[in-house]
Amino acid sequence: MFTAREYVKVGSLEEAWELNQKRTNVIAGGMLWLKMGNGQKGTVIDLSGLGLDQIQETEEEFSVGCMCTLRQLELDPGLERAFGGIFRESLRHIVGVQFRNCATAGGSVYGRYGFSDVLTCLLALDTWVELYKGGRIPLEEFAKMPYTRDVLVRIIIRKDGRRAAYGSQRNTKTDFPLIACAVSRKGDSWQISVGARPKKAERICLDGAGKTAAELAKEAAGRFAYGSNMRGSAEYRAHLAEVYIRRLAEKLEKEA
Amino acid sequence: MEINLTLNGKKIKAQIRPDELLLDFVRSQGCRSVKRGCETANCGLCTVWLDEKPVLSCSTLAARADGRTVTTLEGVAAEAEAFGAYLAEEGAEQCGFCSPGLIMNVLAMERELSDPSEEEIKEYLAGNLCRCTGYMGQLRAIRNYLNRKGGETDGENR
Ligand SMILES: Cc1cc2nc3c(=O)[nH]c(=O)nc-3n(C[C@H](O)[C@H](O)[C@H](O)COP(=O)(O)OP(=O)(O)OC[C@H]3O[C@@H](n4cnc5c(N)ncnc54)[C@H](O)[C@@H]3O)c2cc1C
Ligand code: FES
Ligand code: FES
Repeated sequence: MFTAREYVKVGSLEEAWELNQKRTNVIAGGMLWLKMGNGQKGTVIDLSGLGLDQIQETEEEFSVGCMCTLRQLELDPGLERAFGGIFRESLRHIVGVQFRNCATAGGSVYGRYGFSDVLTCLLALDTWVELYKGGRIPLEEFAKMPYTRDVLVRIIIRKDGRRAAYGSQRNTKTDFPLIACAVSRKGDSWQISVGARPKKAERICLDGAGKTAAELAKEAAGRFAYGSNMRGSAEYRAHLAEVYIRRLAEKLEKEA
Repeated sequence: MEINLTLNGKKIKAQIRPDELLLDFVRSQGCRSVKRGCETANCGLCTVWLDEKPVLSCSTLAARADGRTVTTLEGVAAEAEAFGAYLAEEGAEQCGFCSPGLIMNVLAMERELSDPSEEEIKEYLAGNLCRCTGYMGQLRAIRNYLNRKGGETDGENR
């Protein structure tokens, strides 16, 4: 656990941004990742007084405030309805209910962790992030950007009529995933994201016209690079990715 | 810095360090049931309720509790004792170290889920680790406890 000299519950995003420009200061989401680090911090910046803990749904999109917990995402009936339960499926294996009542959407996306179920899930959808200074940018772009000191305000998920499915594998319950796959489809346009390779999730788009689920899965899985770590080898991951993508694609074909 | 909160039904005002964790704070307030079982937010032993929701007090800053309600095992002693009797009945505990966190999460589950299946119970409690047992005694105790008013669960192992 780190130490900190001050704690400020900010009254505005501008205040948060200004405080966050100092390298020793830090924005705290759920703090689960942060507290694993040591070292000395100046000010802990708390965004919890800004009303950013709500999921709002309009005709066009869902807007998820950065301080929403993973548990809120998991249980939200609107997200469940719109995206075939992929939020629940991608989140329910993350440690435990108490953990997911703490971990935030903002911290999870900002972190862009290699093992992230959250990033893998969101990348398969038409997702954007809203940065305080940087404005709205596609999540895919954000995922590749270097870490900056901007404030991640919201996550926007557009309702573009995609159907989606999610699957992951763990060596043991509550561990990090060994592979994480999300597949979405709108007509013949397929989006496939694979995370925990163990590198950070990436997304590809494929035209599925005239392809079987098996062909689609082989082509998709072949376009990602895999690595080895203590959880599994690159070969094993490549194999699992193809199997999961095929199953998820079959599921979406059945639903169509 | 100063915080105001309701701890186990009592309104309190307290001075805390800006980096003080809720776990250390509630212990300093005499809530010794709350313990640290890991350094990685994995074991669930430190579970308390923040505004009725179970959270990991080892990973939450005490400052976040300002203006809110915190409940520890000490605040639900009668219920904890009632469930504890079911644990004892099944010989579920060995060292018992994991029990305070488990009990807090079982009581939270009881409030959140109605008539949970075995699978739902396991999912809700996945973040409560026990080093001694194989969880079977606890699961029997939980089923019996939830069924105590004559309700049924549609457990997969029946
Ligand atoms: C033991 C453990 C197991 C885990 N297992 C999984 C898993 O299986 N799958 C999975 O997907 N994830 C997993 N995670 C990651 C977890 O789900 C969260 O994504 C992670 O803890 C970050 O969320 P947080 O709210 O705790 O962020 P914090 O730890 O508070 O912050 C993380 C980073 O984001 C920054 N930050 C936070 N909010 C903002 C904001 N609004 N704007 C700008 N920067 C911000 C912080 O300064 C920090 O650098 C695990 C984490 C731990 C500790
Ligand atoms: S002490 Fe282990 S999860 Fe909090
Ligand atoms: S009984 Fe010993 S840790 Fe659970």
